[in-house]
Amino acid sequence: MKIATVGGGPGGLYASLLLKKSAPELDVTVFEKNRRGATYGWGVVFSDRTLNSFREADYPSYDDIIEHFVIWDAIDVRLEDTVVRAGGQVFSGIARRRLLDILTDRCTEVGVEVRFESEVSPSDLGDYDLAIAADGIHSLTRAGHDEVFRPRISEGRARYIWFGTTLPLDSFTFIFRSSEHGLFQVHAYPFDGRTSTFIVETDHSTWCRAGLDQATEVASIAYCEKLFEVDLRGHSLMSNQSKWIRFPTLKTKSWVHSSDATPTVLLGDSAHTAHFSIGSGTKLAMEDAISLARAFDERKAVSGDPDALGAALADYEMERKPIVERFQEAALQSQSYFESTTRYRNLDPEQFAFHLLTRSGRIDYGHLRVRDPHLLERVDRWFATHSGGDERAVVAPPPALVPFDLHGLRLPNRVVLAPIAEGTATDGVIGGADAVALRAALEASAGLVVTDEVAVSAHGRITPGCAGLWSEAQVEAWEMLLEAHAGRAAVRLNHAGPRGATKPRRGGLDRPLNSNAWPLVAASAVAYGRNAEPAPLDEHTRAEVLEDYTRAARNARRAGFYAVLVEMARGYLLAGFLSPLTNRRDDALGGELRGRMRWPLEVFDAVRSGFDGPVGASVCAHDWRRGGTTVEDCLALVEELKKRDCALIEVTAGATTARFTPHLDPYYLTELSERLRNDGGVPTMLGGDITTVDRINTLLGGARADLCVLRGKP
Amino acid sequence: MRLGVGLPNSVPGAEPRLLLEWARRADEGTFDSLGVVDRMRYDSLEPMTLLAAVGACTTRIELVTMVVIGPLRDHAIFGREAATIHALSGGRLTLGLAVGARTDDYDALGVAHQGRGVRLEDQLAALRDAFEAASGPGAGPDLLVGGGSDITFVRAARYADGYVHGGGPPRAFERAASRAATAWTDAGRPGRPKLWAQAYFALGDGAGLERARSYMRDYYAFTGPFAEKITEGLLTTPQSIVQFVRGYEEAGCDHLVLLPALAELGQLDALAEVVAR
Repeated sequence: MKIATVGGGPGGLYASLLLKKSAPELDVTVFEKNRRGATYGWGVVFSDRTLNSFREADYPSYDDIIEHFVIWDAIDVRLEDTVVRAGGQVFSGIARRRLLDILTDRCTEVGVEVRFESEVSPSDLGDYDLAIAADGIHSLTRAGHDEVFRPRISEGRARYIWFGTTLPLDSFTFIFRSSEHGLFQVHAYPFDGRTSTFIVETDHSTWCRAGLDQATEVASIAYCEKLFEVDLRGHSLMSNQSKWIRFPTLKTKSWVHSSDATPTVLLGDSAHTAHFSIGSGTKLAMEDAISLARAFDERKAVSGDPDALGAALADYEMERKPIVERFQEAALQSQSYFESTTRYRNLDPEQFAFHLLTRSGRIDYGHLRVRDPHLLERVDRWFATHSGGDERAVVAPPPALVPFDLHGLRLPNRVVLAPIAEGTATDGVIGGADAVALRAALEASAGLVVTDEVAVSAHGRITPGCAGLWSEAQVEAWEMLLEAHAGRAAVRLNHAGPRGATKPRRGGLDRPLNSNAWPLVAASAVAYGRNAEPAPLDEHTRAEVLEDYTRAARNARRAGFYAVLVEMARGYLLAGFLSPLTNRRDDALGGELRGRMRWPLEVFDAVRSGFDGPVGASVCAHDWRRGGTTVEDCLALVEELKKRDCALIEVTAGATTARFTPHLDPYYLTELSERLRNDGGVPTMLGGDITTVDRINTLLGGARADLCVLRGKP
Repeated sequence: MRLGVGLPNSVPGAEPRLLLEWARRADEGTFDSLGVVDRMRYDSLEPMTLLAAVGACTTRIELVTMVVIGPLRDHAIFGREAATIHALSGGRLTLGLAVGARTDDYDALGVAHQGRGVRLEDQLAALRDAFEAASGPGAGPDLLVGGGSDITFVRAARYADGYVHGGGPPRAFERAASRAATAWTDAGRPGRPKLWAQAYFALGDGAGLERARSYMRDYYAFTGPFAEKITEGLLTTPQSIVQFVRGYEEAGCDHLVLLPALAELGQLDALAEVVAR
């Protein structure tokens, strides 16, 4: 069986080596277009876990690799002149050139033919039984079969450049420094005892402001050397045909093309790339190689039997693709972090560092607690003393258990429970299963309990079983329920608008009542899904609804609620005003965002004036629908709310209309919450996929939210 | 977690008599449900008609479609079929619905492939309304939505009673289940979604196993390169089955249905023995 490996990078060499080693009868040739030793890049980083897999795959090369390794166990985060060190993160670095030498020699040793300065085109591969495309992101071997591999490349927004430096480092070092043009960051790590990799990155506008879009290589070096003068301690930066580029992320739909005369399999950068900030492409490529060789062995593919080969390639793709996809997801998260670091520059170093370390979702509070307890104590201590905790306390509690000051209302911790109502109220009077669930939540020592939607009027209900705050009987029922738990419950005040008069939600959402439906109102006559068409609010009905909100706010106080959340999201009445998808008014309450915000803000003011206590709002950070609102619109709303002394923002997304394109990945709301919190300057409450206290600590510690709604396990 | 077994209604060699005998044996045994698959353009028995017959010759076992391609069917007639099977079987039907992944099924019936998502939503709403109109709130079979994109989970939360997972290792199910639960809570839906899942099995060796694999490859040929991957996921040993079952249970699955890739009664007995608890 004859195998051609196109591309003599670490992935291609390693795959060839491992294949040949396990089946000496194989004929393996590596084609590398450059001469030996002509390599780009400086150092390559591996985690100890990756090294373990190298040891198992091929001991001699592993032995050689670790002999030339630099090992460290810390990550330093330097924010201007303060350093936060995170220990327990074992990594190793090696010069890429050294790695290639080791692998090339080992290949030759086991009988792989490595041909340098040898270019092959796909048409030259007809004699081979398998082509391994290890020729990088712009793989020519892949290019002929786009319809099979379906590659997609998306470029990051930040600009970065690779340098080397003689500066010795004792850790993986992130450096953040501001020039008069903006914030720059460095990813630096040692790799051969004398040299370190030094990647400089910045956002596009800072890059332009600094004139680096026009700069020569020499000028770029001069700029960076000056900016990082303190960090470089007199060492200079070295270039290697360095250019400012944007990171290209490659995803491919399939990694195997088997219907051809010569099957082709993608490996390493030709199949996938992932932002350098969470690990090297070399690591992924070499892990691909291990997987491919193992699949070959297990399926006895060397026999030349096409079915066995097909099964081996399927095994390889099936094993690696999900792993790589998850890695890419984390890498994109990390990339997006580094594209927006300017937003976090005002965080204190402890929180900044914690945020950075937990950016990709792969490391959370619990992991860091194990890896470096001292760091976590420092973070906990910082969090507690800066967030209303007791600085004299001998033990600093984890962020979830630090009290929160909600405009003078002290919440004992930051875990929120928000039970969803079945709709068991009678005439708006809370009772039945919903009262039982609320009582249980109130007794569960949560920092705050938030009710489900509570209607400001009978016509503001979602379903006939929706609780309300418009009558005396309702106030009394709430009072009895809350009596024993004063100070810990917030009511979500709502007018259902176009989502009113529907059947109980146990059977589904927005199903119009067959009988006894009440007339619906909304910003405009736009039906919500299959529900009945609402009538637009006019001046008269608006005044009535405003009065309903004021009365409900006063009643909320009397009932014993200590805080109010004004529902401005989820497609209900106020949300309908805010979004251009549902607000088609041509009066002063429609049109541009300023007009669309006007009436919801008027309602907020009315609630503020009626309720003597903290008032917050639930907002929709993104309609998730073309033509709808985005986070920028929401920021403008939050700014207005902030002027009105808004105590808390609950972050939601989607559901402005019945149809929208949801984003349910575990971090989907996090980024929106973080923007509203850190750009908008208002505390945020975050829900969604939060099922563990560990996750809450991670979100809170990283300045992504101030309160978290814990959801029961599925 | 409850455990069901599939009826081999699209597996080659599944004579009608075998299918009914399979159903009776499963009903007498310990399995909690009988599942059927749906494909228009494949040598198979139509799932709703089959379930009507199966309902008549069984007494306790639940009946579930995993899944029926909803948009291919007329809402009203389909609703009546489902209500009839549900009534005849004494309330044992669960309806799993999805848009399906095969354009050829749509082409075969002259149904537009585009807009299938909206059509499915209309259908879910119509089914629920029809069931309630006939027998009151909460009546009628449970509705499950199948699929893998985020919109699937929102559909389940808005219109159905739960989610049915299409297959894969327990970790993949766990991620999907977590999305289903997130969408459910985000939508403000009380309670939690019912979580169903499925996997293929073929116990045995040599020639039998090869037949099972070629059936899988053939049935999923429309997925191109994925056919091989789906085939690779076939559970073939008692060990892999018990581990798989346990993995799903730990991942929070409510009801797992193991679908046969071989139409032999021995498969049913062998599976029952493997999963006996």
